[in-house]
This record gives sequence, C-alpha cells and structure tokens, in this order.
Amino acid sequence: MGQLSSLEGVKTKPKPVAPPSSWTVRGTLSKPLYRFIALTSFVLLLASWWSVTASGIVDPMFLPSPQDVVSQAWNWATTDNLFTDTGISIYRVMAGFAISALMAVPLGLYIGAFQPVRAFFEPLLEFSRYLPAVAFVPLVLLWAGIGESSKITVIWLGTFFQMVLMISDDVSRVPMSQIEAARTLGATNGEVIRKVLLRSAMPGMFDTLRLTLGFAWTYLVVAEMVAANSGLGYAILQSQRFLQTDRIFVGIIVIGIIGLITDQGLRFIHRRLFPWVKK
Amino acid sequence: MSTLLVSHLNKRFGAFEALRDINLTLQSGEFVALVGASGCGKSTLLRIVGGLETRSNGVLEIDGVGITGPGHDRAMVFQDYSLYPWLSVIENVRFCRGLKAYRGQEANEAVRHADLLLELMGLTRVRNSRPDQLSGGMRQRVAIARALMAQPDFLLMDEPFGALDTQTREVMHDLILHVKEVEKSGILFVTHDVEEAVYLADRVVVLAPHPGHIDSVWHIDLPKRTQDLKLAPEFLHYKREITQRIRATSGMVSDLSVLAALAAG
Repeated sequence: MGQLSSLEGVKTKPKPVAPPSSWTVRGTLSKPLYRFIALTSFVLLLASWWSVTASGIVDPMFLPSPQDVVSQAWNWATTDNLFTDTGISIYRVMAGFAISALMAVPLGLYIGAFQPVRAFFEPLLEFSRYLPAVAFVPLVLLWAGIGESSKITVIWLGTFFQMVLMISDDVSRVPMSQIEAARTLGATNGEVIRKVLLRSAMPGMFDTLRLTLGFAWTYLVVAEMVAANSGLGYAILQSQRFLQTDRIFVGIIVIGIIGLITDQGLRFIHRRLFPWVKK
Repeated sequence: MSTLLVSHLNKRFGAFEALRDINLTLQSGEFVALVGASGCGKSTLLRIVGGLETRSNGVLEIDGVGITGPGHDRAMVFQDYSLYPWLSVIENVRFCRGLKAYRGQEANEAVRHADLLLELMGLTRVRNSRPDQLSGGMRQRVAIARALMAQPDFLLMDEPFGALDTQTREVMHDLILHVKEVEKSGILFVTHDVEEAVYLADRVVVLAPHPGHIDSVWHIDLPKRTQDLKLAPEFLHYKREITQRIRATSGMVSDLSVLAALAAG
C-alpha cells in the first residue's frame, strides 16, 4: 500500500486507452458505424451500376440505367398495375407460407417431442426435401390447374419440407433439464409439450419462419412465371418477351425491397417478443 | 413423515452395469449426500429416484408405494439451464401451480407459500425479473424455490451448485441448510465436492465405480454448521477420510504410482 500511494504524486497525463479493434474475431461494432457501413454497400452498388451504364460501354438493353429503372417504376405504378401485381404476389406468398406454417409447426413439434413420430416422418421428409420443387410445376399444373391453388401449392412444396425439419430441430434444441424439471414437478406429456417445448422453442421457430419466408418468394416467382396472368413473377416474364429489361429490374427490386422490409420488421418483432434471447 | 427406500437396486445400460445392489433409506428432514469418482453412477442413482431413469430391478418406494415415474413428491433441481427464460421469477416459482396435478389445491395457500419461498430464498427484490437478468447464484435460488413450491417429500439435487463460484456456493450452502430447517423435505444431494457434502449432509454416501456400488456411508456428527467449522479439525478429518476413500476407489492412487515409476525411469 505504501509503495502504491507514492505513485499518487507523479503527474503524468493519463494516456487514453484505444478501444478494442472491430477487426478482432467476434469483435464489436457501434450501431451508427454498422448502419454507415451497411448504407455504404448499397451506395457502392448503386454507384457502380450507374457508372457502368453512364459510360455507355453496356447496351441499355442488357443493363438499363438506374434512372431508366426509376422512370419505368413510376410508369408501371401510375399508368399500369404495379400495385395490383405486388398485392396479388404478396397474397400468394402469404397464403402458401401460412398453409406451410400451420402444418409444419404442429408436425415439427411432435417430431421433436416423440421419437416414433420422428422415425416415421424424418427420413421421409429428408427425402422430400431434396425433390426439386420446381420440377413439380408441370405436375402441379396438371393436378391443381392454373388457378390460385397451383401457385400456392408450388410455394407450399418449396417451403413446407424445409420448415418442418428446421422446426423439429428448434424443438430438439430445448434443454433437457427444462423438460425434466417439468416432469419432476408432475407435468404430463401434453403439459410438457404445451408449457415447455412450444414456449421454449418459440424464438427459434419464429426465426425459422422468417428464413423460410425468403424461400417462399423464390418459389412464388417460379410459380407465376409458369402459370399466371398477374403478379410480379408474371410481369417479369412478360417483360422478357418484350425485352423490357428495365421493367425486369423493377420487378426484382420490388421483391428485394419487400423482402428487406419484412425481414427487418420480423427481426424487430422477435426482439420485442423474446427479449431474453441474446443475439 | 415419509420414508424413501432403495433396496437391492440394480441398473444396466445394455451390457454396461451402472449400479449394483444399492441399499439406501432417506427420511423426511434428512440430508444425504452422494459423492464418488466420476462414473460411479451417483447421478444415475439420483435420476432413478427422480423417475427420469428406470431401474433394471430392485425395490424403490416411498412409504411402501413403488415408484414408476417422475412425480411432484420428488422435485428435482438441476445444475443449470432448467429455468424457463420466458417466465418471470415468480412465474417460474409458481410453474407447478398451472399443472393438472395441482388442480383443486387451495389457491390462497399457494400464493402465500410462493411469497414465503421468495422471502426464504432472498428473491423478493427480483420477483418480476427474468432469469437472464439474474446471476448464476440467483438463478439457482429460483430453481430451488420452484422445486419447493411443489411441496415435495424429497428434494433431489443434481450438482446444483457445480457451476457457481466459491463465494456464491458458500452463501448457497447456508441457505440450503436454512431451507432444510424450514421446509422439512428430505434432501438427496449429488456432488463431487467432498467439503460441500460434509458441510451439508447428515450422511455422506460414497459410491465407487466399475460397477457403481456403495463403498461406505459416513454419519457426519458435527455441531451447528458455520463457515468457520470448515477449518475445524473434526471437519477436516471427515473431509480427509472421505476424500481418501474416493481416491482409493477411483484408481487414482495406482495411476500415481505408475507415474512415479515412469519418472524414476
């Protein structure tokens, strides 16, 4: 103590300690800086797109300029039916996705809960998962016709199998001691499923649904390109026939923006609903 | 007043003999610690009593009634990750009240009991916090309160303080002794820490591996437990003797002699 206190008399300017580098593995990054870097990537993409088209080295038929795409979007929105196309596409994605989720959540829960159910379904689902959903389109047209049900079926085929397996994994990740604690408190099987498995796996399931919603959009476009006369996928296909590359870009970007907004929205809801999950 | 009886109990996992001829009785209000080298089957024995594992043969009963599965007369406390992170502290403690097994029990009584348990475990201040907002020691207090809420005849604890630091463990030790005074449950406690076992238990049961069997039973005859007692000669005597028994049964002694021989060249 005596030796330490003698240091108090020394007058040196305290050197500021440099904050840890963001380049450490699993290092940290401040929120404003994160946003800045994220924005930079979008700006860079836009800038390089613009400079390539402005330099005139690429035929606008292959790569339209950003300005062309914006005016085409305006055109499509005001004189044509961009919003109806977007609306019908969102409806199809939501319908197919909702049917998948309504089936996948209970099935995944039971697969994660009971080994015999797992034995019955899991190998079958693993097999089905590798069947290319796109290759089913001709069959789906044959079976379900060209009405709304065929698009919804294609989306279902593309999302359901992935979803069940991922949800059963979420349920399998529930810590054994949470289940056993409930059992030694006298919980029945049904109570363990409802009060522990479902509640404990819910944050993971929510993430699974968020991820599979992305797959649903991919299969929507496939379905609409083959068997539709409305929707964003249909519009993209039509534009191809008339070599309207700028319109194809509008369709793709609109889907991208919808995806980005729903994804961020769902992340926000996740944080609100499940504040105990550390990310 | 209940009696848990384990008699000529055996457990096999396929060809592996985990436990052989286990005999043990535990009364309400009694504290028995199971210690032993890793692989001696102490956790398996606790899980069999809890109904989470089945016995291969032998008798396991409470007051003459055979045990066939888990039940709230034998609530269990685990080492970690057993709390429900989506529930607050008080909701975790009251978890069992939502189960069919407790339907028809007096609700006012339960509310009072939950409040008493929060007070007993020093959790009143964090009543509405979530488990992830608590330290490891506080989380284990919640887990113990949740188990006691079921008013079990026997409280089964599987290395409940194994993940805690030394200072927190000491606090928990005095707390659990206090719980034992108040709640009257019999406690069966698995640990690898001999000091913890001697400090807490009325009886320490040493299990030995290959196959798991009871090596020796130590009746701990010590005055009222205080932290200072841990340095008293009679306390250290128990600790030394039991530690030596565990070493002798774990094969560690012979390993050391092999090492010595190797070192001597």
